[in-house]
Amino acid sequence: MNSTRKFGDPILSVNNISLSFGGVKALTNISFDILQGEIRAIIGPNGAGKSSMLNVINGFYHPQEGEVWFDGKLRGSLRPYEIARQGIARTFQNIALFKGMSTLDNLMTGRITKMHANIFWQALWKGKAEKEELMHRERVERIIDFLEIQAIRKTPVGRLPYGLQKRVELGRALAAESKLLLLDEPMAGMNLEEKEDMCRFILEVNDQFGTTIALIEHDMSVVMDIADRVIVLDYGKKIGDGYPDEVRNDKDVIDAYLGVAHD
Amino acid sequence: MFYRESGDFKTSYAADQQTFPIRFDRIVVALILVCAFLVVPFFINDYWEKSILLPFLVWSLAALGLNILTGYCGQVSLGTGGFMAVGAYACYKLTTGFPDLNIIFVILLSGGITALVGIIFGLPSLRIKGFYLAVATLASQFFLVWLFNKVPWFYNYSASGQITMPERSVFGTAVTGSAATPSATYLFSLLFVVVFAFIARNLTRGRLGRSWMAIRDMDIAAEIIGVPPLQAKLSAFAVSSFYIGLSGALFFGVYLGAVEPTEAFGIDKSFLVLFMIIIGGLGSIFGSFVGAAFMVLLPVLFKNIMVGGFGWPTDMVQHFIFMLVGGLIMFFLIVEPHGLAQLWRVTKEKLRLWPFPH
Ligand SMILES: Nc1ncnc2c1ncn2[C@@H]1O[C@H](COP(=O)(O)OP(=O)(O)O)[C@@H](O)[C@H]1O
Ligand SMILES: [Mg+2]
Repeated sequence: MNSTRKFGDPILSVNNISLSFGGVKALTNISFDILQGEIRAIIGPNGAGKSSMLNVINGFYHPQEGEVWFDGKLRGSLRPYEIARQGIARTFQNIALFKGMSTLDNLMTGRITKMHANIFWQALWKGKAEKEELMHRERVERIIDFLEIQAIRKTPVGRLPYGLQKRVELGRALAAESKLLLLDEPMAGMNLEEKEDMCRFILEVNDQFGTTIALIEHDMSVVMDIADRVIVLDYGKKIGDGYPDEVRNDKDVIDAYLGVAHD
Repeated sequence: MFYRESGDFKTSYAADQQTFPIRFDRIVVALILVCAFLVVPFFINDYWEKSILLPFLVWSLAALGLNILTGYCGQVSLGTGGFMAVGAYACYKLTTGFPDLNIIFVILLSGGITALVGIIFGLPSLRIKGFYLAVATLASQFFLVWLFNKVPWFYNYSASGQITMPERSVFGTAVTGSAATPSATYLFSLLFVVVFAFIARNLTRGRLGRSWMAIRDMDIAAEIIGVPPLQAKLSAFAVSSFYIGLSGALFFGVYLGAVEPTEAFGIDKSFLVLFMIIIGGLGSIFGSFVGAAFMVLLPVLFKNIMVGGFGWPTDMVQHFIFMLVGGLIMFFLIVEPHGLAQLWRVTKEKLRLWPFPH
């Protein structure tokens, strides 16, 4: 259904990525690209290597082989925070919020790569630090409105229910205003209503801000609804890549994944 | 009934993120400050100075410092005593080496030197965490005290191995040495504490504070969303050590006047400050003060009541205090990790809703 949408050049390409942990081959010779403005889904059974793929993209794992091109440049070996600065933000499969901080502070931390007032200005507060703080606060408040989490602005996130925590984590990633947004199972463990909300947010982010999104998702109906193109992984190998309809009807994919582990 | 947010609406984000969002709190803090600066100096005597006010101020700074490192950034340290010693010896060497240097700068520079030392001893934190880091900082505690005993240059080759603070003044008023009056030493220390408490508040509410808390709460996620761990941890060590260095310099220069490192800066001081922030509240500026007040006042109070009032033997009261503090530490670690500050906050929240709690 989405095949009529038009996209720009690749914002990210990975070429021949192989990653192993000791004897375990998590990824074998994976190549794909993500186009500017698209929603790209990565699917596959548990343990297929999906999260590992995201970890390679944001520099948490360093593959033994292969290269990553981001924003038109071949990427060297960088630390994750340097990659965040280049414009890649993400959420995690197991929520990784800062539990002792409020929703607001979590989102403000999401913008940390954009804040620069040095320690002396911060000690003084009045002037540069306050100005910067207020400017970013305004951006963050827009995200708070967008995600409809005004009521929990000042609540320590450790006290929030699971579904809201997932939403705050999306907010923290959105706050970074990144070029590429990686979402690792954003709807896992949610009820139907929460899933619908989350789908709406993802589509709106993509639509309103033009953010390129790569997401991992198990729910096939969700993937078919929102993804522009889909990559299928199985045992660390890429076994499918294409439009949702193509992937759904691919025999290898059906054998490996859809038929077996449709949870 | 008076403790209300109502009628006190925030119309801008600046107003919303101010330090004391509730008007009543602002008034109370202003009153306390006015009282501390303008009233107390007229009534202070030797006893209040030496037993209560100066120790409270000095330990508050140390507690603020350790709270920044441990409470905000999650890096446990048992090296506080050693870092206070660095502040004290820096103060001594600067005072004796540069007799014309104003004492205010001497104390600030002592903090700066301690910050540099703190960064060096903070380097292991990039590799190790939790218990192992605590052991590493414990090693720095013993190393530093050993160093100040061992190298005569630090104590200007004095025969006793002690260091003694010469007299120094600000605007013609002696603030160190035996001629300094209680009101002078008190006001001098108070000024440092108030200024640096506000600075601590500012540092912890902005980018730097969030990067510390992010590292504390989940270091891997913090790095992935863009917090450089090296910068965050070392800046926490630096700022924390700066405060502890200030505290050590005031402890030696203004409060005691003469110290001997093993006794003044032993491991018991490291634990004392750690207890302060646990009881007062980890990750809270206010809690640092509450904890310092608690640990300074408790022995004084018990001594007055039990030794002075009931005539109990001093060592028994001492043991009683140990047990009480030990019990409280366990209570706070298990039941309320955010300490007295949190209990206070909860009480305030209840008060705000009273008399209609639902
Ligand atoms: N840090 C790691 N150390 C060792 N093995 C890992 C690590 N991360 C992932 N793996 C292994 O890589 C494989 C792929 O895992 P993962 O990427 O989490 O799969 P998915 O997200 O598709 O469920 C699994 O066999 C997993 O055990
Ligand atoms: Mg996974």
